[in-house]
Amino acid sequence: MLERIEEIRGEASAAIAAAGSTAELEELRVRYLGRKAELTSILRGIAELPQDERGKVGGAANRARKQLETLLEESAGRLDASELDAQLLADRVDVTLPGAPPRPVGHAHLIARTTRQIEDIMVGLGYHVAEGPEIEHDYYNFTALNHPPGHPARMLQDTFYIQSHPEVLLRTHTSPMQIRAMETQAPPIFVVVPGKVYRRDSDATHSPMFHQMEGLAIAEGITLADLQGTLLAMVRAIFGGEREVRLRPHFFPFTEPSVEVDVSCFQCGGSGELAGGERCNLCKGQGWIEILGAGMVDPNVLGFVEGAGYDAERVQGFAFGLGIERVAMLRHGVPDLRRFFDNDVRMLGQFS
Amino acid sequence: MRVPLSWLREYCDPGMDPAALADRLVMTGTEVERVTTVGPASGENFVVGKVRAAEQHPDADRLRVCTVDTGEGERTIVCGAPNVAAGQTVAVALPGARMPGGDKLRKAKLRGVASEGMILSVSELEIGEDHDGILVLEDEVEAGTPLAEVLPLAEPVLEIEVTPNRVDCFGVFGVAREVHAISGAALAAEPWAEDAAAEGGGDVNEFASVAVEVPELCPRFTARVFTDVTIGPSPLWLQARLTAAGQRPINNVVDITNYVMLLTAQPLHAFDLDKVPDGALSVRTASEGEKMTTLDDVERTLDAETVLVCDRNGPSGIAGIMGGQVSEVSEQTTRVLLEVASWNGTNILRTSRQLGLRSEASSRFEKQLHPDLCMRAQRIASRLLIELCGAKLVPGTIDVAAETPPPAQIGLRAARVSGLLGMEISQVDQTAYLERLGFGVETDGADLRVTVPPDRWGDVTREVDLIEEVARVHGLDEHLPTTLPSVAGLVGGLSRPQRLRRRAEDGLRDLGFDQIVGWSFTDPGEAGRLRIGADDPRAEFVTVANPLSEDQSVMRTVLLGSLLDVAARNVARGTERLALFESGRAYLSGEFAVSPGMREEVRTGADGGGSERRVDPLAGHFPGDQAAPFVEPHRFAALALGPLGARSWRGGGEPADFFALKGVAEALARQLGTELDFTQATEPFLHPGRSAAVTVDGAPAGWLGEVHPLVCREWEIEAAVAFELDAAPLIAAASAGEETYEDVTTFPAVYQDIAVVVPDEVAAVDVRAAVLKAGGALLHSAEVFDLYRGDQVGEGKVSLALGLEFRAPDRTLTDEEVSGLREAIEAALEAIGGSLRG
Repeated sequence: MLERIEEIRGEASAAIAAAGSTAELEELRVRYLGRKAELTSILRGIAELPQDERGKVGGAANRARKQLETLLEESAGRLDASELDAQLLADRVDVTLPGAPPRPVGHAHLIARTTRQIEDIMVGLGYHVAEGPEIEHDYYNFTALNHPPGHPARMLQDTFYIQSHPEVLLRTHTSPMQIRAMETQAPPIFVVVPGKVYRRDSDATHSPMFHQMEGLAIAEGITLADLQGTLLAMVRAIFGGEREVRLRPHFFPFTEPSVEVDVSCFQCGGSGELAGGERCNLCKGQGWIEILGAGMVDPNVLGFVEGAGYDAERVQGFAFGLGIERVAMLRHGVPDLRRFFDNDVRMLGQFS
Repeated sequence: MRVPLSWLREYCDPGMDPAALADRLVMTGTEVERVTTVGPASGENFVVGKVRAAEQHPDADRLRVCTVDTGEGERTIVCGAPNVAAGQTVAVALPGARMPGGDKLRKAKLRGVASEGMILSVSELEIGEDHDGILVLEDEVEAGTPLAEVLPLAEPVLEIEVTPNRVDCFGVFGVAREVHAISGAALAAEPWAEDAAAEGGGDVNEFASVAVEVPELCPRFTARVFTDVTIGPSPLWLQARLTAAGQRPINNVVDITNYVMLLTAQPLHAFDLDKVPDGALSVRTASEGEKMTTLDDVERTLDAETVLVCDRNGPSGIAGIMGGQVSEVSEQTTRVLLEVASWNGTNILRTSRQLGLRSEASSRFEKQLHPDLCMRAQRIASRLLIELCGAKLVPGTIDVAAETPPPAQIGLRAARVSGLLGMEISQVDQTAYLERLGFGVETDGADLRVTVPPDRWGDVTREVDLIEEVARVHGLDEHLPTTLPSVAGLVGGLSRPQRLRRRAEDGLRDLGFDQIVGWSFTDPGEAGRLRIGADDPRAEFVTVANPLSEDQSVMRTVLLGSLLDVAARNVARGTERLALFESGRAYLSGEFAVSPGMREEVRTGADGGGSERRVDPLAGHFPGDQAAPFVEPHRFAALALGPLGARSWRGGGEPADFFALKGVAEALARQLGTELDFTQATEPFLHPGRSAAVTVDGAPAGWLGEVHPLVCREWEIEAAVAFELDAAPLIAAASAGEETYEDVTTFPAVYQDIAVVVPDEVAAVDVRAAVLKAGGALLHSAEVFDLYRGDQVGEGKVSLALGLEFRAPDRTLTDEEVSGLREAIEAALEAIGGSLRG
């Protein structure tokens, strides 16, 4: 009996080693270890053997069974992997086809992006961001900004009026929010106001709709020198750390003193000349580029909000107004203001 | 204002070249737009010549062949002027001369005769107006003398943009005073210091009278009378100055009035006294609809606020703006009445705007000239009329004046100067600057007491105005320190709505949408193109009274029109897929919220107390005492045309439809930490079967849908899908940034899928709502993930598959609990006509 067991083991081992597929292995498993297999019958018949043989035969048969099970498992693992490999090889793709395009990315509008950039700079300098109406009362746009009715300064800005309400207009600047902000918040106040403004003018450098960023800083002891420092910080953040600003006295009805502010040209470095010796086209050889108007808030303006805590003898400060398009045009070389509102996707796609 | 440099130098010569002077002016607050040159750029090859002979050209009737001595010898010059004659002393340009405009003069053959130069007229030299032809000079000048020694050639002109506060710089002497102040160079005596001698007969009151009926509109009216006036062309120096300053010479009397205006900033007007019956003038307002013809030959219809200077027969001029033809000075004039008056600036500005008529005079008067300026102009003009027109001044001046305001006296505190500027300016410097500018200055300890001259009375009325004067003359560029505000406790930041709005914009961008900035303006026809009915509030536009064009005459009430405009333009350029969004405002005329008396008290900040009015800029509630005139809600709107994804060999490329864009809107909402609810609803501009009203937390938030094919046709695009959502409700509902931690790790969830068969007319959202309600607190989520219609569920029914997630925060759910909930869900579905399938 023991010999027979050894024979079966040997025959089965050889067959398992020779098997070429998992299906063949399954057949061998049924033949040698299945219910009707000889080894199985031997194990089932152990009880009928004489007492002294039971242990030996049982032990040998069980060992043979274990061994064959192990061999089957090993072979199955080996054959699985090679079969999978064959399958995978059959499942080949043409790797030279184009990849699947992801959903296209969108783009921020350059005006929006520039607005955010300046907002962030000013937030870093301690400012809040306020927003006001674009269709505004004459009072806020002019009167309270020291443009009395009939004053020639009103002629500086050609204004759109609203048909149904002669005292209502499209704001010509973001400055009306100076008054609204001060009416709402006592000093100290540090705010910037981005937004659309409107003037009755249309050519390559004028659009009837454009964007401004107003700045207002009122507290005790704020000076014109502080305005210069603030604008220098802002301009350097936008145009680069090497930039300088200069203040030129000017006239605005709602600031006194008033200044126009130039930034040193970032193309020629302020020399007015390019490397080749030709005149810088960006600053037209001036070395300076005008970028905004500013000044110390006129006491008459503070007079309109005296009740909100703005006593011109106690608090003072500055205001400035920056053209967003102007900054974006300078910074990114956009030649014509009207391009911003054309919204040609070929342009939109240039700015991420 | 054009300021010829030679004229300026007569009063103040700073010894700088024109570019340096322009720079200094710009840096002290006088905007110089450009420095130009009148006449030839250089005097080279321009000489004085003597015409020795002038013969008829053999082949041309109108040409003469002249022999001209130009110093170095005689040469032949062909000349076309009718007045050229032997014996004349003339201006000659030799070959090689650069003519005004830049052309180089060459030798030329004119009808077969070689011409070596050109005999010049005043207009060819840009120093005057032609009358007879060529310019004939005084005989004393020798042949060959450089022309520049005789005539102002190559005259540099400063083109100054005068700001509205500096009416004094509308006169050359005012600019000279400014140059004096900023350079310290000497200033000549005031040109009006000396008056003319009256040598005419009688008294002015025998010749003329003036009655001012509206003294509040005419603070001063002065008149002088001149007899024995000889009208003729002005001398060359005067013509040259006027031409360089941009005025056309006309005749000596008119030229003098213009010259004096350009010198003093005070306009004048000359009447032919013989055309003014009895010399009687009156100043009154027009009657409504009254008509008169102004000097420019235009008949003007006037209103009741227009001020007129009239004679007995009617209007002879619109005060301060333009004279009339009736009493215009002509070649026959021998007696002149010279008017120099002050007018109410506001009234002049109003009338000039109303008539659409601006003149050199009105642009000065509208800035309110001081009454003292009248006599300055009378004095200078009188001297010139006597000198240049042989006139005799009749003794006396008619002077109808309201009270002249006393000069303002203003204190200037030293501490205030440094306190406002952040830089020190010594008392000595302050005094010097102000005195040079014409102010009277007395010291008062460390402070100053300053008297304002008439030239600056409108501009300088307060201490701060004086501070500006001393600061700008001192020089900001050289002296102003650079500091930052030293205010403690400054904390900047964006508000939460502002941060969330950025998040929404970034979200749409990241979902593949390009941001646009649309026009706030549109045309009133947009409502029709969008099929919006006349009774729809969105057809009630805020209308611009004075638009640039009909296309931009109203404010948009929806953003969809802007998106369609942009889409159409891009499609016309060949784009096949577009995904656009805008974050911007609509303008609604619905509520006009203002009444002048309305001043809701709102105070926050330092004192902190008080009632707070709602401030929500996204909803159009802005800070400030007065509400905005109209409602300006901020919106997010998007439009997709063609596929959202790119076309590829693996498929895709299906045009975006309702659900594609709904997915975008839902993703946008999830970025903000909220959810949108959609219900079947129609909009006139949307596909009636594929459009939805959007709400968030129960609040209406806008719409989403496929654009109506007829609307697409209007914009010439194939198809599009769009949404427009109000930012305010969306952001009010947003939880982004405010989330609280929820335990999902300690106890496992139970996931189950169910299939629900319901009649077609039951909306998916209602199925989900029923399931969620029945599932109660333990049903964490239920999402529709599949839909089936067909034989297995029967006609008129639909099967929806939902994925359910059951979870309890404090325990592992038992099978009994979950099957209990499923039974409740089944019952709830039966209640809406549905059943669980399989």
